[in-house]
Amino acid sequence: MTAPAPRLRLARFRDLTLVPVIVILLVVGAFLDPTFLTAGNLTNVLQQQAAISLLVLAEAMILIAGKFDLSLESTVGTAPAIAVMLVVPAAAGGFGLGLPGTLVIPLALVVGAAIGAFNGFLIIRFQLSAFIVTLAMLIIVHGLLQGPTEGKTLFQLPESILYLGSALWLGLPAAVWIAGLLFAVGIFGLGYLRIGRSLYAIGGNIDAARAAGIRVDRVLYGVFILGGVLAALAGILETGRLGAIGNGMGVGWIFMVFAAAVIGGVSMDGGKGTILGALTGVLVIGLVQNILTLIGVSGFWQPVIYGSIILIALMISRIAGGKAQD
Amino acid sequence: MSNHVEARNVVKRFGPTVALNGAKIAIAEGETHALIGRNGAGKSTLVSILTGLQRPDEGEVLFSGEPAPAPGDRDAWRRRVACVYQKSTIIPALTVAENLFLNRQSDGHGPINWRTLRGRARELLDTYEVDVDVQALAGELSVEQRQLVEIARALSFGARFIILDEPTARLDGPAIERLFARMRSLREQGVTMMYISHHLDEVYEICQSVTVFRDARHIMTRPVAGLPQDELVHAMTGEATSAYHARERTPGERVVLAGEGLSLAGRYRDVDISVRAGEVVGLAGSASSGKVGLAETLVGLRGADTGTVVVNGTKVKPGDVPAAMEAGLGFVPEDRHHEGFVPLLSVGENATFPIARKLGRFGVVSPSRRREKAKEMITALDIKTEGPDQPVADLSGGNAQKVVFARALVDDPTVLVVINPTAGVDVKAKQALLGAVEDAAERGAGAVVVSDELDDLRICDRVLVMFHGEIVKDVPRGWTDHELVAVMEGIQE
Repeated sequence: MTAPAPRLRLARFRDLTLVPVIVILLVVGAFLDPTFLTAGNLTNVLQQQAAISLLVLAEAMILIAGKFDLSLESTVGTAPAIAVMLVVPAAAGGFGLGLPGTLVIPLALVVGAAIGAFNGFLIIRFQLSAFIVTLAMLIIVHGLLQGPTEGKTLFQLPESILYLGSALWLGLPAAVWIAGLLFAVGIFGLGYLRIGRSLYAIGGNIDAARAAGIRVDRVLYGVFILGGVLAALAGILETGRLGAIGNGMGVGWIFMVFAAAVIGGVSMDGGKGTILGALTGVLVIGLVQNILTLIGVSGFWQPVIYGSIILIALMISRIAGGKAQD
Repeated sequence: MSNHVEARNVVKRFGPTVALNGAKIAIAEGETHALIGRNGAGKSTLVSILTGLQRPDEGEVLFSGEPAPAPGDRDAWRRRVACVYQKSTIIPALTVAENLFLNRQSDGHGPINWRTLRGRARELLDTYEVDVDVQALAGELSVEQRQLVEIARALSFGARFIILDEPTARLDGPAIERLFARMRSLREQGVTMMYISHHLDEVYEICQSVTVFRDARHIMTRPVAGLPQDELVHAMTGEATSAYHARERTPGERVVLAGEGLSLAGRYRDVDISVRAGEVVGLAGSASSGKVGLAETLVGLRGADTGTVVVNGTKVKPGDVPAAMEAGLGFVPEDRHHEGFVPLLSVGENATFPIARKLGRFGVVSPSRRREKAKEMITALDIKTEGPDQPVADLSGGNAQKVVFARALVDDPTVLVVINPTAGVDVKAKQALLGAVEDAAERGAGAVVVSDELDDLRICDRVLVMFHGEIVKDVPRGWTDHELVAVMEGIQE
């Protein structure tokens, strides 16, 4: 009884392994550029990461439940774009249906939910490989943005969709409040609610979860739908920040999303990791991005550094964890 | 005494296969009832029907004379029957406490109070005297501890009937004894148990009655007391087979396998071992004795810290399996599912991996020559398969193990090392596998048999007993069970 105690106490802080890294980044950043540690710059970092962090939240839950979703990044652009096109007149690139502009946010969320539900349908009902299904959906859903817009950027957007991504609440961007609140809900839900814990059970040992009376299929559907909704919300925030919906919105995000989740301690094999850990992963990536930009590293070279960070993080966790990774 | 559990005329089909064909079982209140049968006899299907995971196509299940609950009502099933499955139903990344109360961590849907949950878990484990830290991750427990946690969890639903599906398969001697002690005390508390095992001696030790299934049917149910073992084996196999008789042989003089001054930190130390041509040497000991680690060193799966291994006159580089095989070694690894075969590949391919280079030129493997060689091995080992092209995943445990044996024997090795050769295989397959080892010895190979089964060790010319990493005794043929077990437990010099 006495021997394992110290290890356990360490295990409890596993979520926080990236906190020292964040501190180091803050110190290094402060030395490299005096503007780094200003409120303005740090707010900027948070706002830039707000949208992508929602994808990390979604992906972390999906990974913990032992599944996979690549298509989230396409939903980011497509869900708000379709919602906007349902609302704006044909002259502005819409379908000319004339739906009220206030509906645009609910519509975007519904589109996201529908994409998630379709993923779930193929993966759970037809028992197809999550990797291949969502890879195909990544391509299809992005095509659903390019097709109707014919590759054009949507500029004339209803006021309501711009609000959340551009407003300030109590001096901080609304997007940061929203992301923070959702992460808090996620941390609580996966830590303290039965439904949240069932994600760990399903990802850890699906047969055991079923034998324990967990409604596995229903929970998995829920996770995929929630993932789609969060991706759509990320798209809404990003739309507000940029003021337009371009054809490339969200494209390429998924790699960063996986990187953040994995260095934050979420296992690709399911059943392991926490939302708090995933959040620290997002922050690390955001800070690195910011520092690289501030010290003037060319955007063309930055991918090399991101990739290296992922590899180093994996090696550190391999050495700290002592177990071979699959 | 009334029947606590009863299944009548159960029929269950999976596509064209009939898994249970009018099978029945009746288990009296408070008894420990064995269910035995060869692989594929329908035991596992009966377990899933008795636990409500599958619905029978025909027939009925009764608990204390009342019909079984509706299939979807998991809670009702769990109040009536608890099961410790062969496959662990523990979630490794979660704590013991959470595993114990999976999907019932809190009452209703409110937030989980982790402190209360740990308290409840500790209370539950104390009730069943299980000494495990509730905050430990379940994946870090030993097999024995994990099983105890599963038993405690199974009983915590209030069931008075518990199914134990091959619980001893992965436990060592002392752990099995502790499990049996626990089962006896549960029985004294009035718990009814159904016990599934391949080990007939365990049935005699712990059970009051026994039911035999064969080919999806009920064959017989009898009290254990006074039932001759031959009759039991006969009922299982459907033919009169006597217990395996080890053969006499005279080992040669040439040493084909030698280990000198072998030490590996935490496993074994200062081990010298030599095996002569035509000799079968046993390695016995508890799970912590280091016997498996030693055997894995001999075959090259592990490198020793110090010492040398000489196979057939060639000094082998430590931890180099290809070099050992090149020198003339064949081996059967401890866990066939992990190291024994590639499940999706065919019987032929699995059996001929070591000699692939001999079956063609320039790295090309000739399929026809492979089939030919594979057919030879299938006949030699009597592997029940549709042919060399069937994937090994489709075979039963015993036949899959024969494929692993085929792989070990395909190059006609001078040294054969087998680790737990008969784990999880039925009586007939067991005899065939032991026969294969003796055949190899008769062809002049030196063999090492590492096993937890006394029956396997009976074919050995001598048995080296290990205790805490050292060879403590060299026991010649003719030992009694009691004698050997005493040395293994370190009771006797």
